[in-house]
Amino acid sequence: MPLTPVLTQRFAAPRSWTLETYERMEGYQALRQALAMSPDELVALVKDSGLRGRGGAGFPTGLKWSFIPQPKPGETPTGPAAAPKYLVVNADEGEPGTCKDLPLMMADPHSLVEGVIIAAYAIRSHFAVIYVRGEAVHAHRRLVAAVQEAYAAGYLGTDVLGSGWGLELVVHAGAGAYICGEETALLDSLEGYRGQPRLKPPFPAVAGLYGAPTVINNVETLASVPYVVRGGSAWFKSMGPEKSPGPKIYSLSGRVVRPGQYEAPMGTTLRELLELAGGVRPGHELKFWTPGGSSTPYFTAEHLDVPLDFDSVAAAGSMLGTTALMVFDETDSIVEATLRFTEFYAHESCGKCTPCREGTYWLVQILERLVHGQGRAADLDLLTDTCDNILGRSFCALGDGATSCIASSLKYFKDDYVALLPPEEQARLGRSLRLEPVGAAS
Amino acid sequence: MSALPGSFEGTAVTGLDSSPVEARPEVLAQLPPLTVQHEAEAAEVMARYPQARSALLPMLHLVQSVQGYVSPEGVGFCARLLGLTKAEVGAVATFYTMYKRHPTGRHLVSVCTNTLCAVLGGQQIYDAVAADLGIGHDQTAADGSVTLEHAECLAACDYAPVVTVDYEFYDQQDVAGALELVAALRRGEKPPPTRGALLTDFRGVSRQLAGLSQHADAAAERAAVDGPSAGVPTLIGVRLAAERGEQAPAMPAAQPDEPEAGTPTPEAPTPGSTGAERAGDATVAAASNPAEKAGAEQVHTDAPEPAGRQPAERGAEGTDTPPTGTGAGQNSSVEREV
Repeated sequence: MPLTPVLTQRFAAPRSWTLETYERMEGYQALRQALAMSPDELVALVKDSGLRGRGGAGFPTGLKWSFIPQPKPGETPTGPAAAPKYLVVNADEGEPGTCKDLPLMMADPHSLVEGVIIAAYAIRSHFAVIYVRGEAVHAHRRLVAAVQEAYAAGYLGTDVLGSGWGLELVVHAGAGAYICGEETALLDSLEGYRGQPRLKPPFPAVAGLYGAPTVINNVETLASVPYVVRGGSAWFKSMGPEKSPGPKIYSLSGRVVRPGQYEAPMGTTLRELLELAGGVRPGHELKFWTPGGSSTPYFTAEHLDVPLDFDSVAAAGSMLGTTALMVFDETDSIVEATLRFTEFYAHESCGKCTPCREGTYWLVQILERLVHGQGRAADLDLLTDTCDNILGRSFCALGDGATSCIASSLKYFKDDYVALLPPEEQARLGRSLRLEPVGAAS
Repeated sequence: MSALPGSFEGTAVTGLDSSPVEARPEVLAQLPPLTVQHEAEAAEVMARYPQARSALLPMLHLVQSVQGYVSPEGVGFCARLLGLTKAEVGAVATFYTMYKRHPTGRHLVSVCTNTLCAVLGGQQIYDAVAADLGIGHDQTAADGSVTLEHAECLAACDYAPVVTVDYEFYDQQDVAGALELVAALRRGEKPPPTRGALLTDFRGVSRQLAGLSQHADAAAERAAVDGPSAGVPTLIGVRLAAERGEQAPAMPAAQPDEPEAGTPTPEAPTPGSTGAERAGDATVAAASNPAEKAGAEQVHTDAPEPAGRQPAERGAEGTDTPPTGTGAGQNSSVEREV
């Protein structure tokens, strides 16, 4: 599978983050093409391209845009159709392992800004916000500068490129809360509240920001839009599988020789990506990995050839998530890694619903005593039982995501848990495993 | 099993921070006051949103830019300007990790101890820095120079293990480099980050997060924006593609100024870049790779200037100039020996 730099094509250009470089490299041409189309034609184009949301869920982007209630010709709009429409960019990148949007916003902020303008035009919005994770100060700084440049060049403001349509774009910094990556929690946060998720329905397309119809898209999704407009849907679909097409930024990290951002067609496998990244560090072998961040069930060496697209990864029992490929080798304890992730979820649980708030707390307690060598034989079932009481019973996907690493590690590496039990507890399970000493890590 | 030492030492805090907000009169008396100028700035931010309350998070950053934490006065300031109760503002302020409950030191040092960074040495870094400073999470050195915290994933896993100072990235750290970084901060120095702007201080960057300029003049503002951003991991895929001559299929674009339009062959130029830029990228890629294979990080200073590049841009983006003179990041290498 060849590399296909599209979103990353400007990354190595000198001063890639400036308007000057962006315009020199075809920047804002897509906006001009888009403004020559009707909003409905744009929605149809993005629908036809098959672009699916890059934030993790993979929802078809054009379909999401089409859910925004619009006034019907010849009728006086009422209800949501009469309300202002909003576009909100989810730039709250914080899922452990995920590191694709920050590099993009730093290296090529104008591609996001152009995508925002086109998307806002398509949904007939006049106000858009980029909600950037607060810790991402350099990305925030670059975005602020890019938006200022875009205003000065007439790409933003009351009359975008003389089209008569206007758009205001605000860059908004968050304040350190992973839950705000959940789209309705993000909306609450953006409205100046604690970032806690909302009950759905109503969905944001009907009642989002300030109760008005709102589209929330991920950074990589919107940055893809200008290329869809310029290249057309057939070009976009020429990369990757039919049902999850397009180029994708794969972020390799951990025990690989050359970690970093590799952009390739959807459906590239970890085996292919590892080849590009120099493989697992010499003398060691792959043990477990995440296809898309800590909320996606672990994969193992047997999944090296799973095409990394939304449907294939789901069929193999995990989720594509954010294509955050964290690679671990045989020296890494999967139980300790799982404990760390679980501590993260316990810390980031917003506290709104009981299964997640209490469940993640108790999962940490159980995993801690296992890692301490003080576990009980019944703890393995207790972990599963606790997960069962969180998964599907939580208010939002944070709770569900917290169970992924536990359930999948028990599925593939149950012996690693058993080996941590004291001998007498192992005996209850009819087992007697010893911990294999591993090479001193780091 | 030694990969994650300390993970059960209580260093990874679970649950919400319930420590009391600093409100001792002698501390409050030392705080710079919130003035009418800050009120005007808050009003400016409030006016950007269809509903003013959306400015609450930026206003709390503004409070921190003045007082170093969300003080009782700051809560009252936001409540008064937004027509909220102090309880409503306090409920928001206590929800978010970046809002501090005690005055922050001149710099905030955050060490990622989430799984990926911890496995690659982040926990050892945190433990060493904490021991060196004699403080723990969310505590400030007695001289007020630095506040230490362990952080959750900072979205820089390809640069792990990472440390941030005032949220600017110091990538691919090790214990020695991080200790020297902190020592330099305590001496009043400001070692340049691997990615990010030159440091001001915690209050300065809080001002940026409030949506306001933290620099008095445009040149300093521009310099901050132009701080480096793309290290080897960010560029690795695009360089490898250039080296291999791989690219996305050509767009069937009908741009009249693109002679290659309509020739979607594998040899067709990458859509969206000019010939000169492609040559430049290829030069960068070709020049960098032998060095990378040798495990060196500084790959470009001896490379020919890519085509189309102005001499004045030397040392800016794309050259991956590592920070100098501090030890921070200097020991990093893509081909890590772990």
